[in-house]
Amino acid sequence: MRTSSVPAVLLAFAALAASAPPAAGERLIASLSTHRVMVTSSFTGEELVLFGGIEQDAASRPRRSGYDIVVTVTGPRQNTVTFRKSRVLGIWVNADSRVFENAPAYLAVLSNRPLDMVTNAEVLRRLQLGLDNIPLPQRASINIADAASDDPFRVAFIKIKTDNGLYREVPNGVTFLTPQLYRASIPLPAEVPVGTYEVDVRLFADGAQIARAPSPFEVYKSGFEQIVTSAARDHGFLYGLITALLAVITGWFASVVFRRD
Amino acid sequence: MQIYLPIAGLSVNVFVLLAIGLAVGFISGMFGIGGGFLMTPLLIFLGIPPAVAVASVTGHIAASSMSGAISYWRRNTIDLALAFMLLAGGFIGTASGVWLFTTLRAIGQLDITIGVLYVLLLGIVGGLMVAESVRAIARVRQGKPVELRRPGSHTWIHGLPFKLRFKRSRIYVSAIPVWGIGFFIGLIGAVMGIGGGFLLVPMLIYLLRVPTATVIGTSMVLTLVTMASATVMHAATNHLVDALLALILMVGGVSGAQFGARAGQKMGGERLRLLLGLLVLAVGIRFAWDLVVPPDNLYSIRLQDAEP
Repeated sequence: MRTSSVPAVLLAFAALAASAPPAAGERLIASLSTHRVMVTSSFTGEELVLFGGIEQDAASRPRRSGYDIVVTVTGPRQNTVTFRKSRVLGIWVNADSRVFENAPAYLAVLSNRPLDMVTNAEVLRRLQLGLDNIPLPQRASINIADAASDDPFRVAFIKIKTDNGLYREVPNGVTFLTPQLYRASIPLPAEVPVGTYEVDVRLFADGAQIARAPSPFEVYKSGFEQIVTSAARDHGFLYGLITALLAVITGWFASVVFRRD
Repeated sequence: MQIYLPIAGLSVNVFVLLAIGLAVGFISGMFGIGGGFLMTPLLIFLGIPPAVAVASVTGHIAASSMSGAISYWRRNTIDLALAFMLLAGGFIGTASGVWLFTTLRAIGQLDITIGVLYVLLLGIVGGLMVAESVRAIARVRQGKPVELRRPGSHTWIHGLPFKLRFKRSRIYVSAIPVWGIGFFIGLIGAVMGIGGGFLLVPMLIYLLRVPTATVIGTSMVLTLVTMASATVMHAATNHLVDALLALILMVGGVSGAQFGARAGQKMGGERLRLLLGLLVLAVGIRFAWDLVVPPDNLYSIRLQDAEP
């Protein structure tokens, strides 16, 4: 039930954005270098390239401060537990925990200049833009609530995700090639989980959002990796038997190859 | 060359993994142990999630025990009857261990349990081994005769009922401590990702008075079966066994073990025990350090399991 509210909010914004263009007159175009990222045995991460342009028409007014682009890439959602250690009887143990429900596994916010220069804090909060403003509802026992942006668990969660390269805010991640042509690269580290990733491109001018373009892509495991993963998940017992058999054969093989007596 | 481990969900250098396999295999061949107590911490240090490391290392230990057991089998130094009796307890121990592992993981206390168990077991066993071998070396230096096994010396263990005769080991002992030892090794093996050879061998020698001739071969049969079944059980319940990781470790491990065995034969028994004791103690101290020293980051994150 909780998950449905997020898409609902997004839909509402999409409707808002869709109704905006007549006044604005700009059309935002976004295109990804690929919509399918394959995880193979030699996968060490990948960099997707996002290309796009801003089309003006007769209704477009000249913009005083030019255009700004903010790209938000959101990975598949996962329930993630954050533990906090404290000292018990002289040793450090996980004493307290929060569950972040449906937190994005991957989150990148790329823009052509710092977000606070693109627009004001109020708009950023309303549009849930940037690592400080993404909703991260957390559950402690039975209560679910979105904590303040300085909540220690939330700060720690975002810091760990950032250290792992899974969350990032890059204020110079979008480059304008010409005033109407932009380019952004989306770095995906080797640890990215498989699933659907939403790329949400927003066009700002004079501090207001004037257009929006979505462009999803998918990360999936290639043949062998997929077979191993699904075998481990769906046929655990058989998979375990095969692994154990593999161990026995390897051990036997070694004793034959290296036989000295 | 980087290789993507499908279950661990990250990519590591395949040569680093092979090197770890070789090094641990060398040590395990030298001392006649599985080497899990070194392998699991090394993998965790590499960044592999502890739960995946524990589950996958079981496969590696099964492989190295298999190759060890075969060579002892050829030399006819395995007490199969004793191994089967140990296994009766070992199976139940392994199943309980996998269950305990799953439960501890669910409540977020798995890492700390693994840590505390490592400190306690490695600290005690390592300390005892060092003390015992230093005494033995000192005795040899002073020219006193090496203390021999006293077949007549009985402890309370020999007073227990359900006595069985194990012909090959030439011991007559109650089934209860045999099952108990098997259960204990199976339990901690499944929770800690170790074969338990370094615990099992002294237990068999000191508690059951199994002669040194049959102790290592018999211990390897037990480790082989408990670790192979732990692999199956971990795969069936927690879905955390990374077959690719296990395979790379196995290949490195069984090769390293061959060279280790040759190196071990050139060294005296006491010196070998002292070295192993120091190694065990060092790993234990390393874990104690992590538990006591304030961590850099008080927070850690983990995915919540899809199914409860």
